[in-house]
Amino acid sequence: MTRTLLWILGAILLGGIVHLATVLVMPRAATQDAYSRLVPLTPVNAMVPLAAPIAEKSIMPFMDPAFAAAVCRYDLASGSIKLNAPVSQAYTSVTFYTRDSVAYYAINDRAAGRRAIELDLMTPEQHAEVPEEEDVTAADRLIIESPTKTGLIVLRALAPEPGLMAMARGALAGAQCRIQPVQ
Amino acid sequence: MRLLFGSFFTFMLAAAIGLGATWLTLTRGVAFGSLRIGAWTAWPKSGSMDIDPYAHATVARTGELPIGNGDGVAFYARTDDNGENFDGRCTFTVSGMTPPARYWTLTLYDLEGRLVANAIDRHGFTSDELVRATDGSFTIAVAPRARPGNWLPTGGIDRFVLVWRLYDTPIGVATRTIKAGPMPAIARKGCS
Repeated sequence: MTRTLLWILGAILLGGIVHLATVLVMPRAATQDAYSRLVPLTPVNAMVPLAAPIAEKSIMPFMDPAFAAAVCRYDLASGSIKLNAPVSQAYTSVTFYTRDSVAYYAINDRAAGRRAIELDLMTPEQHAEVPEEEDVTAADRLIIESPTKTGLIVLRALAPEPGLMAMARGALAGAQCRIQPVQ
Repeated sequence: MRLLFGSFFTFMLAAAIGLGATWLTLTRGVAFGSLRIGAWTAWPKSGSMDIDPYAHATVARTGELPIGNGDGVAFYARTDDNGENFDGRCTFTVSGMTPPARYWTLTLYDLEGRLVANAIDRHGFTSDELVRATDGSFTIAVAPRARPGNWLPTGGIDRFVLVWRLYDTPIGVATRTIKAGPMPAIARKGCS
């Protein structure tokens, strides 16, 4: 009796370890995460518009249908990224995601405080190599560090009413995501 | 022999417990640090580097991209204020005031996060589209059949989720109480 109880206790402990391990491994092992879904639809290091969600069909679950969206699937292996996004009349935001869907940085048009959102995205190593004077003289140059080499930049523009969707899409069409080769 | 049988039994049971617990937590959307206001729940930390392992695993499994903290916050409701599950064949009202935000959107999804087909092709409201009373309050009828005023069609599906997204809002990781953000009330008004 005691022996059976011990076996069961062992199984519960071991089950707990299996549970924690699978939860921690899931973000790396997932084959249907946002990045994987976007690989066949988007080129690397270019901003492309995303198809708006329609009934029973959307690229990712829980997309907000009131927004026009564009995505830049980046790879920082060959240099840093320069992002330039004009803001729309209503509301525009940029969110940066790691390869495994963690939103590590987000900024909206008001926080960016200008007609366009301009950002440099680089790895911590690339940031360390930026000459110091350049960092100081270009005080208005916002530099974001990406925790992973690859990831997603998602640009969203709100259409406050359906008639303004064309305006929101137009604003995103002017956005650029370009690789700056290492000198 | 007994040892062999015992360890085999233990490993099988451990695998069942471990994988079963993982499946349960990921399909139910277990996450820590939730912010509950009435029937609405948000996970502000899921939009930052501080995302907890359960929320992270859930996001990886479903394929969604959580809303970033600098962008806004998303509140999810699966039930009315009395805790009764949403049913697309019934009428619910969402009414009251909204928390401070530059813009907000309300969207109706099925449990998998897809939009629901309906005759007028309406899947939600934005803060600009809503018809309000003179004091700024509003009522949205979430119903299978057409209603006067703000009608959000359910398409008659079995279960659905309402998502209230606040953009450019002070509500977020630091919000602890209901005082900071009054969320609209959800009431059931009968079924067809």
